[in-house]
Amino acid sequence: MAEVTTSLFAPATRPAPVAAPVRQVPTQRPTAQPRSPRRWGWLTGAILPVALLVLWEVLARLGVLRANLLPAPSKVLATIVELARTGELWGHIGITLVRVALGFVLGGALATVLGAATGYSRRLFHLLDPLLQGVRNIPSLAWVPLFILWMGIYETSKVVLIAVGVFFPVYLNLMNGVQGVDRKLVEVGRVHRLSGWQLVRRVFLPATLPAYLVGLRSGLGLGWMFVVAAEIMGANKGLGFLLVDGQMTGRPQTILASILLFAVLGQLTDAGLAALSRYLLRWQDTHGQESNG
Amino acid sequence: MLRIEHISKQFDSGTTALADVSLRVQPAEIVALVGASGCGKSTLLRIVAGLDAPSAGRVFINDEPLAGPNAAVGVVFQEPRLMPWLTVRENVRFGLADLAQAEQNARTDAVLERVGLTNFAQAVPRQLSGGMAQRVAIARALVAQPALLLLDEPFSALDPFTKMDLQEHLLHIWAYDRPTLLLVTHDLEEALVLADRIVVLRGHPGHIHEMVRVELPRPRRRTDAVFQAYKQRLLDALDVRAAVAV
Ligand SMILES: Nc1ncnc2c1ncn2[C@@H]1O[C@H](COP(=O)(O)OP(=O)(O)OP(=O)(O)O)[C@@H](O)[C@H]1O
Ligand SMILES: [Mg+2]
Repeated sequence: MAEVTTSLFAPATRPAPVAAPVRQVPTQRPTAQPRSPRRWGWLTGAILPVALLVLWEVLARLGVLRANLLPAPSKVLATIVELARTGELWGHIGITLVRVALGFVLGGALATVLGAATGYSRRLFHLLDPLLQGVRNIPSLAWVPLFILWMGIYETSKVVLIAVGVFFPVYLNLMNGVQGVDRKLVEVGRVHRLSGWQLVRRVFLPATLPAYLVGLRSGLGLGWMFVVAAEIMGANKGLGFLLVDGQMTGRPQTILASILLFAVLGQLTDAGLAALSRYLLRWQDTHGQESNG
Repeated sequence: MLRIEHISKQFDSGTTALADVSLRVQPAEIVALVGASGCGKSTLLRIVAGLDAPSAGRVFINDEPLAGPNAAVGVVFQEPRLMPWLTVRENVRFGLADLAQAEQNARTDAVLERVGLTNFAQAVPRQLSGGMAQRVAIARALVAQPALLLLDEPFSALDPFTKMDLQEHLLHIWAYDRPTLLLVTHDLEEALVLADRIVVLRGHPGHIHEMVRVELPRPRRRTDAVFQAYKQRLLDALDVRAAVAV
């Protein structure tokens, strides 16, 4: 617009128009401007949790809360510090992380293959999807006895259970993502005579990435949920073991420490995936893009 | 250059979109297809693009029978259809696959220059205005230097100023290596500004009702009396006198 009208009619007195200045810095995301509102948002979000923690601590110290049911936050922290000091903590965290990672990779990989296949091919969709949807309707924890029977109480059954949890969100999101790829963009690929694999790599893959990453994130969330179940059902190490151990020995601070560690680890791994998503999807033009820190 | 012979198209749904359409287009000729909505213009263009197969009839490009998308044919759709994850430059390069890297780069830069988007080469589609995005789409279609360029209402979503600007621009680009242009449009003035020949489609199923050769020197002035006379003639051919206020 500006080009057309100004080149023809701009009177000499009017200041010379600057050609589209905003669009000249395409590769850099604006950093300075959205910072301050985002930080304020973060602070606002911290008010309630901090207030609750302080209240909890005070009530615990005053003896209003019974220490054998709900120990003070400081005592929970001290438990974690103690576990870290003896070195025991790293063993628990390590084995839990390994289980989640293995289950995530196993379930995620299988879901990627099947989700891509059923999304891409109508025929495979009709062949496989009813079965998978049927299996999905079984509450996943119902598998536990069977898995233990088949694979024993040790690592295999745990990893497989976590993989089952990870599988479905990844599968569903990827399949829907592939099926939802804009036909118009696919046509552009066809007009340029892309072969099957090129079409997948240059159109389907990038177009599906947003849905796939959403699937991976919710899959990871379920992975953390299922590792708790897997470790509660029998383990001698891991954060889930700490839960059971705290219960058996009547030490709620151990249980709370374990819960806190689960929360922190879950949050950290999710934040990692979220950062990866933001990096991979920086081309996206969406509403939440700038604020969704 | 392009030969369309007795094309008919019936969709699976039962709709017959085209009935026995035949058309010959010379090299470097600019042909506009006009006609009421739903008369099969897009369908015809998609068949020539190799995206849909005709139910009957054949298409020849340089005497080769057409079977699917063809390297000699470039397509510009009504929407820019840019890949949102690619930069402007990468989107244009999308039109080139089997060339050496250096050649790809040189051609991409050259065509970006021609559509005036060199400064936006690193931008991503969401940073572009509608007119700029459509220029990128044109660049992507041109970068492989097709002998035939198909355009389906390429400017219909743009405001009048940008539209006229891009029409000029298209002629300018066309003059560079003079591809054959087959252009679908609803806009009779657009057809009259650009085309050597205007094909009027009518009816359900669509068939060729009339062809009008535009014998006006370029650049053409919309306010010109002869131009307006041509426009009236097209309106008559389309039988829309009553519906359109000129
Ligand atoms: N994929 C399809 N399946 C079934 N019918 C279709 C399909 N595409 C188009 N049609 C029908 O074919 C006829 C011609 O459609 P087409 O899109 O070619 O019209 P058009 O002349 O391009 O219209 P417009 O000017 O509105 O773009 C219409 O009746 C339409 O409903
Ligand atoms: Mg159309």
